[in-house]
Amino acid sequence: METVLPAEGLLGWSWLLIALPLAGAAVLLLGGRRTDRWGHLLGTATVAGAFLLAVLCTVRLADVEGRSVDVDLFTFISTGELDVRAGLLYDPLSAVFALLITGVGSLIHVYSIGYMAHDPARRRFFAYLNLFVAAMLLLVLGNSFVALYVGWEGVGLASYLLIAFWYTRPSAATAAKKAFIMNRVGDVGLALAIFVMFAQLGTTSYAGVFGSVGTLAGGTLTAIGLLLLLGACGKSGQFPLQAWLPDAMEGPTPVSALIHAATMVTAGVYLIARSAPIYDETPTARTVVLAVGAVTLLIGAIAGCAFDDIKKVLAYSTVSQIGYMFLAVGLGPAGYVAGLAHLLTHGFFKAGLFLGAGSVMHAMDDSVDMRRFGGLARKLPVTFVTFGLGYLALIGFPFLSGFYTKDAIIEAALDRDDAWGWILGGVAVLGAGLTAFYMTRLMLMTFFGRARWEPGVHPHESPSVMTVPMVVLSLGSIGAGFLLVKAFPLADWLEPVFGEEHEAAHVVAPLTVGLVVTGVMLVGVLAAWLFVGRREVPVTAPVRVSPVTRAARNALYADTINESLVMRPGQWLTRALVWVDNRGVDGAVNGLAAGLGGSSSRLGRTQTGFVRTYALSMLGGAVLVAGALLAVTSG
Amino acid sequence: MIEAPDLSLAALAPLLFVFGAACIGVLVEAFAPRDVRHPVQVAVALVGTGGGFASTLVYAATQDLSAGGEITAGGALAVDKAGLFLQATVAGLATLAMLLFAERGLDPARSAFVAAAAVPAGSPRDRELATATRVQTEVYPLALFAVGGMMVFVTANDLLIMFVALEVLSLPLYLISGLARRRRLLSQEAAVKYFLLGAFASAFFLYGLALVYGATGTIRLGEIRQAVGEDGGDVLVVLGLALLVVGLLFKASVAPFHSWTPDVYQGAPTPVTAFMAACTKVAAFGAILRLLYVAFGTEEWTWRPLIYGVAIVSMVLGAVLGLTQTDLKRMLAYSSIAHAGFLLTGVLGLGADGAGSGLAATMFYLLTYGLTTLGAFAVLTLVRDGDGEAGHLSQWAGLASRSPLTAAVMGLFLLALAGIPLTAGFTGKFAVFRAAIEEGAWPLVLVAVLASAVAAFFYLRVIVLMYFSPPAADGPTVGVPGIPTTVVLAVTASATLALGILPGAVLDLAERAAIFVG
Repeated sequence: METVLPAEGLLGWSWLLIALPLAGAAVLLLGGRRTDRWGHLLGTATVAGAFLLAVLCTVRLADVEGRSVDVDLFTFISTGELDVRAGLLYDPLSAVFALLITGVGSLIHVYSIGYMAHDPARRRFFAYLNLFVAAMLLLVLGNSFVALYVGWEGVGLASYLLIAFWYTRPSAATAAKKAFIMNRVGDVGLALAIFVMFAQLGTTSYAGVFGSVGTLAGGTLTAIGLLLLLGACGKSGQFPLQAWLPDAMEGPTPVSALIHAATMVTAGVYLIARSAPIYDETPTARTVVLAVGAVTLLIGAIAGCAFDDIKKVLAYSTVSQIGYMFLAVGLGPAGYVAGLAHLLTHGFFKAGLFLGAGSVMHAMDDSVDMRRFGGLARKLPVTFVTFGLGYLALIGFPFLSGFYTKDAIIEAALDRDDAWGWILGGVAVLGAGLTAFYMTRLMLMTFFGRARWEPGVHPHESPSVMTVPMVVLSLGSIGAGFLLVKAFPLADWLEPVFGEEHEAAHVVAPLTVGLVVTGVMLVGVLAAWLFVGRREVPVTAPVRVSPVTRAARNALYADTINESLVMRPGQWLTRALVWVDNRGVDGAVNGLAAGLGGSSSRLGRTQTGFVRTYALSMLGGAVLVAGALLAVTSG
Repeated sequence: MIEAPDLSLAALAPLLFVFGAACIGVLVEAFAPRDVRHPVQVAVALVGTGGGFASTLVYAATQDLSAGGEITAGGALAVDKAGLFLQATVAGLATLAMLLFAERGLDPARSAFVAAAAVPAGSPRDRELATATRVQTEVYPLALFAVGGMMVFVTANDLLIMFVALEVLSLPLYLISGLARRRRLLSQEAAVKYFLLGAFASAFFLYGLALVYGATGTIRLGEIRQAVGEDGGDVLVVLGLALLVVGLLFKASVAPFHSWTPDVYQGAPTPVTAFMAACTKVAAFGAILRLLYVAFGTEEWTWRPLIYGVAIVSMVLGAVLGLTQTDLKRMLAYSSIAHAGFLLTGVLGLGADGAGSGLAATMFYLLTYGLTTLGAFAVLTLVRDGDGEAGHLSQWAGLASRSPLTAAVMGLFLLALAGIPLTAGFTGKFAVFRAAIEEGAWPLVLVAVLASAVAAFFYLRVIVLMYFSPPAADGPTVGVPGIPTTVVLAVTASATLALGILPGAVLDLAERAAIFVG
């Protein structure tokens, strides 16, 4: 890694990006009810301000030599050999993330003003959202793994608080706990990776670690790579830690859009992309990344086909799409740019889809059951159009966002030109078909067909404070792919991070790939129309279904596996430990205390109060002392 | 014709201050009218101890101590850096103790001391005097003589001077232990016990002195060192060393020579207990350190097992016996025995050629322990019932709800005695344990840590009682301390905290002062 220039001028102020939303969160949390009336406006303003600053910083960055600056702030930890400086690294990679987070974040803050208008705790909601944005920005802007870790835990906390935002609902509280605990598993991996780095290299800064990657033994590198991957899997809901993400939909919908679709869950992809110099040296770990991506891609897509809860379908879709991104970054230099481009476009259209789902829920009295939707296209025209554009972008409809970025991933997979390449390419193409199927099913069940509404529900379009962000995001769904891949290639912008653009081998001609993927996508759409659109959708889910459907409805038994492999043994272990603690440890401690107390009273009897006894004990002591000394010297 | 010994007045100034004040005190007692006697005596005592404290500091600051110190008074006294540090500690703590003596606001009879000590306890005259506000003021000159003895004790360069100092410090203590205004019989019994056992211990010391003189032909510490170095471990020397150490361990209340401690601490007037617990401990350990490091520094491997053994016995006995005490003064007495054991772990840190950190660590510990224990006893004087101080544990239940500040200050001292971090007790313990570990005495430190854990129980029990028990119905009242006790509490509490949080400067001072000459 070449030396990074210290930040000057405007870029030296880039820490304000984090400080603004953090200050917002602090004011809202500490200010209490006094801030109730204007809290949501402040919360939105801080994020919008951060977005503006991010745009200005990024424009400035384009002119800086090497397109990377280091913003040294202060000594964070200094103890012994460990000397962690708190600082930021503003480079092309962190810049695109900062733009995504603050840009989509601003839109979702605006949307939340309307969505949460009737919630008594709206101020608290905005405080947590601000906290999240600050932590997420720290995660992507930090210049060391420790800074990343602080942000990593910060977003975990914000995610926990927001999933459990309606903490009086037992399901929300449980989902939050589940998310938090499964994330812990991953976080331990990340922490261990950082420990190994420090133990082996004595540093945790990106520059220091990546600069001396070559000195590490292969096994150590693979261990670091796998531990980082574990962390990434936890945060990004990847196999085998994917089960928390769909449950996290218990949180308010803007949270699902911002945290559990557009930004936080992509932190794993960021981590792996950022650690490219490590993965470049360890093909084993990289292959595991690939495998995780491919498996998750399919699991998410299959589970997405079976659920009737609109947000759960979108959540499994997120799991599956992040699988695509993992697959891409697992491909190495050929895939980094493709994966990140997909991450960005996905950020737009998936956030748009969630906001659309929120708008539908808003219209349907917070119902999420698609079997009770139907025929909403005419009632919610703006939602329908924006949601429809997001849908087309997601399934990879030609010339919309997803088409460019997903195709790029599939091409990159096939370019490996070996058996793996064909398998991965095949999986990715199959995933595209499944995506088309479940999303078309979702569209048909929600917007078309006969209205199957609950009695008393009167759908109405959302207020403009909600629809405007949806419209803006749908513009991103249309154009972001073209912009990032063709007009202003992301590959050029990211060149300082990942090196020269990878020369594609084009094992299969891009046109062929495009045609095949589009063909498979159309098959998926057609299948959905055949299975769902043509027939009447029953209001209750059919019970007698094939084993495949049943497995998909159970999300391929991920919860069952987790419960039987981890939760139950954990509970048994806890019970056993409690027993040991009560009987064994407490018994030993109490016994010891009783023993000491007893010996204290017995010894106490020597304190008779008689001078003669005391004098005798002194004499005895003196004889012992003198005798012992004589024995020592003569012996 | 006897040649006049050389006298360095600057080096002797601290002693002259204290002994001068003591003599003036005797004259005041004889000639001053009764109603002005108390304020005058207090003033004289404070000037004596405070002046002694100040003059050690002035001497240390102005004199060139690059050689470590000077030997003066015909070779009888070694006023060296360590001696000065210990003298300053004794004089400083004694100043605080004098303030406790002078407190007149707590006891309804305006003093913790008996009005007329010669009147038999329980006689009609005694009952008559029990409520009289007359004050016995002889305690001040007596205490001053004890302080002077202690200050000579820690600088004695000569076994005979050491013995004389031992007696000068002990005899007044025996007397003032018996001067309690309340529970007079208990107090007098304590004084007699202390005197009898003290005399017994002095005899050991004197016998040891004779043996060492017999073996080496000298009583100067430096010359003993030379003689011992040449002859090696002669039986007479070893026996003499053992008996000398026994005499000193008695004063330091190290088990198995501790048995007087609980009875005397309980019986003596609480200000006197505070004075003894803080200053006598410093003086006794100062003498132990000087004797072992200067006279028998080359014989480290002879006395090491001895110190090792008694340290363990003292720590374990003090901690275990403290568990079942129900009287706070007795509990603090056992605490003092356990702390004597901890101090001995520091004594082991002599190191090769005296390069170890044991001396500095032990001196620092003496300072912290002295301040903390003085403060703890000062708090005891506040909590009273109709019969004087309320020393029984059960009476302290729920004290925090009645007097939060008193409970908080007592809690702080107890935590410091238990050695909880951020208090002086922790830094002190850490210092001595480190010194011992550097000398490879980790098994001893292990025992010390376990004993600390056991002892923590009885310190924390008081805190639990104060904070988490419902107050007793006919509980004690918490007296409002006058200015003197308030000053003592403020100084000791803030020093206990300051030495726990920022001990650097004082630790550094102790390290620089860790030099004996002789």
